[in-house]
Amino acid sequence: MCLAVPGRVESISTEGDLRLGRVNFGGIVKTVCLDYVPEIEVGDYTVVHVGFALSKLDQESAEKTLEIFRQMGMLQEELAGEEEAFARAAQMAPSACPDGSCDPA
Amino acid sequence: MKYLTEFRNGEIAQRIAQQIHQITTRPWKIMEVCGGQTHSIIKNGIDQMLPSGIELVHGPGCPVCVTPLELIDRALAIAARPGVIFCSFGDMLRVPGTEGDLFQIKGAGGDVRVVYSPLDAVELAVKNPDKQVVFFGVGFETTAPANAMSVHLAKRRGLKNFSLLVSHVLVPPAIEAILQSPGNQIQGFLAAGHVCTVMGYWQYPPLATKFGVPIVVTGFEPLDLLEGIRRVVAQLESGRSEVENAYERAVTFEGNQAAQQLLNEVFAVTDRAWRGIGVIPQSGWKLSEAYRDFDAELRFDLTGIHTIESPLCHAGEVLIGTLKPDACPAFGKECTPRHPLGATMVSSEGACAAYYNYGRFLSAEDLAGAGSGLTDIAHG
Repeated sequence: MCLAVPGRVESISTEGDLRLGRVNFGGIVKTVCLDYVPEIEVGDYTVVHVGFALSKLDQESAEKTLEIFRQMGMLQEELAGEEEAFARAAQMAPSACPDGSCDPA
Repeated sequence: MKYLTEFRNGEIAQRIAQQIHQITTRPWKIMEVCGGQTHSIIKNGIDQMLPSGIELVHGPGCPVCVTPLELIDRALAIAARPGVIFCSFGDMLRVPGTEGDLFQIKGAGGDVRVVYSPLDAVELAVKNPDKQVVFFGVGFETTAPANAMSVHLAKRRGLKNFSLLVSHVLVPPAIEAILQSPGNQIQGFLAAGHVCTVMGYWQYPPLATKFGVPIVVTGFEPLDLLEGIRRVVAQLESGRSEVENAYERAVTFEGNQAAQQLLNEVFAVTDRAWRGIGVIPQSGWKLSEAYRDFDAELRFDLTGIHTIESPLCHAGEVLIGTLKPDACPAFGKECTPRHPLGATMVSSEGACAAYYNYGRFLSAEDLAGAGSGLTDIAHG
């Protein structure tokens, strides 16, 4: 859960009370809250965790990290949508209670 | 792409590993606190590149794993209520409670949603004024700024139908508890890089001094991990116990000041029970007085829940590093990712799941000739 993914800020906007950015993670673009990184500008790379930019990263490092995450298959997991999460859960067997008395089967 | 190739280059990994071999004169036990790092270590076979005397002990840094069963049961009770939209990160869906899990609640008609960000849950509250929207706010310091912002926004927007079921835990008190535990054998730590992105690493020098242990802030990639291990071993071999930052591209000493400011406003430090470990004093966050109206545990009547922990599950020993996952009698037998007894077998950051998914349930003979993860680094 503490996985954080670096991406490039493509645009910045203010929506209501939030400063938001469109951040590109190697082709996948997400809207990210920039309130914790007031110094961030368009073109910067930022480390993002659950929709929040946590720190500014230099470009070389970001590209490097992205490539490795792609390698490790971790990017898909961090950015998985609801459908994917449920699909993954559906593949797992139902939980049983510890003593087996409530076997869901 | 020269820099990139070098960074993933198996030769560089080998070189750092060789350096570790060269400087190592005796056995050392080093803990990586973060479950994300455990996964990277096992997946890439980094532990198998080290001198046989260097043991990586997997720490309790898996938020899903340390969330107490009582709280999972409360989540299930809230999620099963009519009129509730229960929001969670995806890796909580299959964590077994005493009876069932969130995925089963959804199957039985409960409105369980997986969100990418806690802000999505706030949006759901705005769009569904006739429903109670609850977000399951688990996590370490990395996730806390997101959860804090969701409650902050809900308060600022006057939302009466949003609340947080909070189970936030903190890394430094866990490190202290491990170092203070009788029989502790951990001699050095890899500090969790992304926790430090938020918190910086100003909390660590007193721990390094008090207990005489090196602490190195470490990232998640294979070369980051090897470099973190190399620096810890170098300190141990020369009798030093300092705090170093091996993840400079993402972490500063002070951390993210804006995030820490809101965390201090929204949360208050509290004693927390860690699943399998027990209560660690001052080891977590609860909502502060100013935000208590948004506490799901106060909003819903949660009496009458009976929690039963599986007697077969040894997750607590795994979480503090006294038992390797594959040494657990239930590992790969009664307990698999398809039939998990404990959360360490469910979460993508759980040590048991890491061992299972990356073939550590096989015998040494099975693995012989299969090649280690280093092959992936070298040729990937």
